[in-house]
Amino acid sequence: MPVLEVKNIKKSFGKTKVLKDVSFSLEKGQVLVIIGSSGSGKTTLLRCLNFLETPDEGQILVNSKTLFTPGQKYTDEQIRENRLHFGLVFQNFNLFPQYNVLQNVLLAPTLLKKGTPEQLQQQGKDLLERVGLSDKLESYPYQLSGGQQQRVAIARALAMQPEVLCFDEPTSALDPELTGEVLRVIKGLKSADSTMVVVTHEMEFARSVADVVIYMADGVIEEMGTPEQVFDNPQSEKTKAFLHGAQSF
Amino acid sequence: MSFMEVTAFLWEGFQISLLIFAVTLICGVPLGLPIAFCSMSKFKPLKALSKIIVWIVRGVPLMLQIFIIYYVPGLLFQKPLFSQVDRYFFINYGVADAGRITAVLIAFTINYACYFSEIYRGGIESISKGQYEAGYVLGLTKGQIFYKIVLKQVIQRIVPPMSNEIITLIKDTALANCIVVCEIIKQANELAATKALVWPLFYTGVFYLLFVGLLTIVLGRAEKKLSYFRS
Ligand SMILES: Nc1ncnc2c1ncn2[C@@H]1O[C@H](COP(=O)(O)OP(=O)(O)O)[C@@H](O)[C@H]1O
Ligand SMILES: [Mg+2]
Repeated sequence: MPVLEVKNIKKSFGKTKVLKDVSFSLEKGQVLVIIGSSGSGKTTLLRCLNFLETPDEGQILVNSKTLFTPGQKYTDEQIRENRLHFGLVFQNFNLFPQYNVLQNVLLAPTLLKKGTPEQLQQQGKDLLERVGLSDKLESYPYQLSGGQQQRVAIARALAMQPEVLCFDEPTSALDPELTGEVLRVIKGLKSADSTMVVVTHEMEFARSVADVVIYMADGVIEEMGTPEQVFDNPQSEKTKAFLHGAQSF
Repeated sequence: MSFMEVTAFLWEGFQISLLIFAVTLICGVPLGLPIAFCSMSKFKPLKALSKIIVWIVRGVPLMLQIFIIYYVPGLLFQKPLFSQVDRYFFINYGVADAGRITAVLIAFTINYACYFSEIYRGGIESISKGQYEAGYVLGLTKGQIFYKIVLKQVIQRIVPPMSNEIITLIKDTALANCIVVCEIIKQANELAATKALVWPLFYTGVFYLLFVGLLTIVLGRAEKKLSYFRS
């Protein structure tokens, strides 16, 4: 039974059709990597999953429960509850500057009463240990490198225990020498019960972490398959051209 | 008149300057908030209305606004509306029976609330969309996002411009002079007219300078306290 089902999602901004009928599903524990050139609609798709954008058409289901179906009016409260199924790690981190590292991680679970203060404190520290930041609990975001900030953002997203965790180009705002530490952390999260959707341009990483790869072009899924299928034996001419372009850098 | 006598006489006036200063801050700082929210409202008529009010209040000299608030009720209702208020609250402040002080306080409060509202609006609008979105994807409510994430960053950003306005305010209180409210410069003028003493007029500067010095220290501390993070 799939954790996530996305059915025929369409989304336009004014006259620009950004997503044109996108469908896929994801099993528990799977990592989906989405690749594609800039402007192909990858961010918009993740924003739809996190209800930062409302699709024009299509359905989103988590564990067979329909979270979104068009035509229905959703209250702020329903949208908020829907968002709890997903987490999103942004390209530019968006940490809360006035809170230290541990406070950033604890803010949402504390406000939404996900446990006793002691439990949450412990859980927050454990998460930060997992992303290798145990020695930075009291640092403020401006005191951290980009790679460290992004790892805090990952811990912050994990603290809400989302069923599907999304990453939108988590390393593209980083200096090249800092991408490795973040990619290693993401890879380390892969486990039987963590389902992830990762948008990235890091092809090596994509190949090594993905269970499923989607190549998006102009708002459609141009190609979908295992990493071997998509990277080694692409069917579509567009995919071939894209992969060739990516290699030649 | 001895130096001490002049000082005491001017101090009486400066108390009125301080009264105007305090009331304007206590009322204007909170009143700026609803004005700021209205001018950011998605409801167009409300937004337009508040923008027009802010435009008028910032576009017309404060002295003229004082005249309007003081004289217009009298012209409309044939009697000064604020004299009761004056008598009730400010009976100890010299010419308190004509509604002068109340008129000045109202004019200052409205004027400064509009200036403050623009500072608030600028501060709120300067917070990146990413901060709200980070809150949304964590499942926080709009209220939680505003109070727990946005507010402190806004406060950090508005403290410097607010400090400027607050320092301007104490000097602006001299405008109350125009409807014969006995603030400090009026008092000094009184001495020039009745005792042919000009130096107290210059001496008033010392009062302002000392107070502005105090404000600078207090506001600087607040700024420093909020500088533990960078946004
Ligand atoms: N809020 C928006 N308003 C208008 N156009 C948008 C908006 N968001 C994205 N777009 C457009 O949608 C297209 C896809 O954007 P995006 O999803 O960010 O692509 P990607 O992440 O693959 O680079 C782009 O042409 C972009 O200009
Ligand atoms: Mg993008």
